Amino acid sequence: MSYQTPMSRVIGLGSAKEGVGHWWSQRVSSIALIPLTLLAILPLGRAIGAGRDAVLATYADPFNALVMLLLIGVTFRHLQQGLQVVIEDYVHHRAWRTGLLLANSGFCWIVGLAGAFGVAKIALSA
Amino acid sequence: MADVNRGARPLSPHLSVYKPELNMVMSIMHRITGVGLTLGAALVAWWLLAAATSAEYFAFVDGLMTSWLGALLLIGSTAALWYHFCNGLRHLAWDAGYGFELDKVDQSGKLIIAATAALTALTVALV
Repeated sequence: MSYQTPMSRVIGLGSAKEGVGHWWSQRVSSIALIPLTLLAILPLGRAIGAGRDAVLATYADPFNALVMLLLIGVTFRHLQQGLQVVIEDYVHHRAWRTGLLLANSGFCWIVGLAGAFGVAKIALSA
Repeated sequence: MADVNRGARPLSPHLSVYKPELNMVMSIMHRITGVGLTLGAALVAWWLLAAATSAEYFAFVDGLMTSWLGALLLIGSTAALWYHFCNGLRHLAWDAGYGFELDKVDQSGKLIIAATAALTALTVALV
């Protein structure tokens, strides 16, 4: 027999109150990262160590800039989701867990936005 | 339902009682590389912001990236990225219901380790 009420079965969100949304969203971001990683890695790798002018030239190119902006956005989303699961798994103290989850969101937003802003500024000032 | 017996109950066997298997080590490595890639991603984001800021600031961050420690970190991040990439593909296949047989899990695991080494060497050679 099931102890679940018909209402909770219909809503289908389970004990975490968010259903499979997080799990599914992590898969979606991981699929998006496949082509983005493959497209971005060579221009990025070649720009590292080649001097500032080479970096500016790489991301002055609209295609490289767009790929990098998408990669940064999806990467930091995926990172936030992954680190969230790790924190939820290993940090059991309620206050520490809540604090770390907030710090994780803040870190990913700030660092991701900083990188995206850098790419956008390079692309738009070229 | 008050939990009056918390702490006094017997514990289920934990990680330390199992012999390390390839599959288990690779699963742990997926997490470790994922967490570790935070550093590489943050470094690249910082470096891009520095390039957009000024020549002096870029010289500082680029100097860190191209130092021996930075180079070691970048090569480590590249290897971690390809491992997480390949093992992530296997996770997607598992999520779709493919490749669960034990012999296939072992084969795909070895394939991922070989692919990680090959892709890391290829990336370092091409950039």
